Amino acid sequence: MGAIGVIALNAFRESLRDKILYNLVLFAGLLIGLSVLLADLTITEHHKMIADMGLAAINLIGVIIAIFIGISLVNKEIERRTIYTIMARPISRTYFILGKYCGLVLTLFVNVSIMLAVFLLTLWLYHVPIAPSLFQAVQLIFVEILVVTAIALFFSTFSSSTLSAILTLGIYVIGHLTADVRSMASNSESSAIKAMVGAFYYLCPNLEMLNIKGQAAVGILVAPEYLMLASLYGLVYAGVLLSGACLVFQQRDF
Amino acid sequence: MDDIVIEDLSKSYASGWPGRPPFVALDGLSLTVERGEIFGFLGPNGAGKTTTLKILMGLVRATGGRALLLGQPAGDVETRRRIGFLPESPYFYDYLTAEEFLRFYGQLAGLGQAVIAQRVTELLILVGLADARARQLRKFSKGMLQRIGLAQALIHDPELVILDEPMTGLDPVGRKQVRDLILSLRDRGKTIFFSTHILHDVEMICDRVGIVIKGRLLASGRVDELVRQDHTQSVEIVCQQIKAEGNAFIHSLATRVWQQGQQCLIVLPSPDAVDAMVGEIRRQGGRLLSVTPHKASLEDLFFQEAAPEASRVQVDNFSGRAL
Repeated sequence: MGAIGVIALNAFRESLRDKILYNLVLFAGLLIGLSVLLADLTITEHHKMIADMGLAAINLIGVIIAIFIGISLVNKEIERRTIYTIMARPISRTYFILGKYCGLVLTLFVNVSIMLAVFLLTLWLYHVPIAPSLFQAVQLIFVEILVVTAIALFFSTFSSSTLSAILTLGIYVIGHLTADVRSMASNSESSAIKAMVGAFYYLCPNLEMLNIKGQAAVGILVAPEYLMLASLYGLVYAGVLLSGACLVFQQRDF
Repeated sequence: MDDIVIEDLSKSYASGWPGRPPFVALDGLSLTVERGEIFGFLGPNGAGKTTTLKILMGLVRATGGRALLLGQPAGDVETRRRIGFLPESPYFYDYLTAEEFLRFYGQLAGLGQAVIAQRVTELLILVGLADARARQLRKFSKGMLQRIGLAQALIHDPELVILDEPMTGLDPVGRKQVRDLILSLRDRGKTIFFSTHILHDVEMICDRVGIVIKGRLLASGRVDELVRQDHTQSVEIVCQQIKAEGNAFIHSLATRVWQQGQQCLIVLPSPDAVDAMVGEIRRQGGRLLSVTPHKASLEDLFFQEAAPEASRVQVDNFSGRAL
């Protein structure tokens, strides 16, 4: 097993032994249960309500884990000085960053898988048809989680956990409002503001591109080309951020 | 052959405020550590010891000078296969058991599973933690953490071992174990470079010593060379059946007189006054029990070399021997 794998598996083990992670999975179960309760209160569209709540819960919990573990991935190692003995080994700093990222991604994959299993069980119990579109939505939710993890990790390489959390949350919110940002740019009369907001639009991730939960809940499939393109966009964005994180980390003193 | 070569090494940290001068942690430090020796890197807190060790391990970048480890520039990733490192007050992944912890570092060092299994068992016995094999590190005492830290530094059987304050936090038994371990490593041909602010440890086991104060090397060499015979020596005389109290002659020669019941301890600043003092004791009808000359210690040397500097850098941080 290579160095990336060793670090990734250790990061995964750390997450598994972290009780907060189990609580979040439990929380996801409760949230999906709540969706069933809410569906009972609605007269129509109860199938859509359950699917909507389930997807939203998977998305929310996944992003929370990605942000709050992602921001401490590197920072915690430096603050707790565990990095000293790791960096004393024949491992490049790039491998360390990639290992930590892969470890969290593995944790998130397991978590999303468990949440998906609970979600599907809920649908089955309440006789809601399991549409293929739900799997498409979960695929893009996972891609979004990969992007958010990369954002959190990037900030974690040079700022404190609190600042990283604020910045990552900020980018996450803006990432879902990029259409508004674009319209702001086009409505402005100042060319300088247009250029600035335009640059901001292209710099921030377009996370809405990865959000197909609404249509997936009612069973509408997106085109395979769109699914592939959106996934590719997310992966490239995460890759660029990871490269940035590696570059910043190379320059750091511990 | 030198395993560590440090030439004119400097490191400064920006103050973070415009107009304020940077903090100089290292100021043109130069020293060498020969293969197979135990080198003690001695200095008070804040002298630059940890910064030097961090530069050697590639954790911090020097702002000037150069450092070579086993002939390669400090921080070279591949060279780290041949180096073991224990940081100061080490923090580890406390959710791992002792065995998992050593396995993890063995894997990071690129060892095979069979070798790891063998080394883990050997090292747990060596550092006295065989019984704690399956215990999580969060349940370890400070001394146990220091010992498991030493074990991780040795998991890949390195040629060069760099230890930052390895005796800190250990009780006398633990300190002796670490000293014995360092000596056994030297016997196996390893080179050991360790920092400490405890003079006693250095005197007991080091082949050579470097004294660093405020980022500069003040003295370097063999302990017996540094502590030369012509340094001031004191002499302790223990006698019985004598009342030193009120004896002006004894008090005029001695730097310290301690009467406890029938027994009296007299400390003379140099051997020159021994004959006169022994004569006085006999004249007073006392019984001489012992005359012990004390060689100048490394501590004396340290204060002689570094007193003006040390007084500005919290010499009171030194421990390990009563002044």
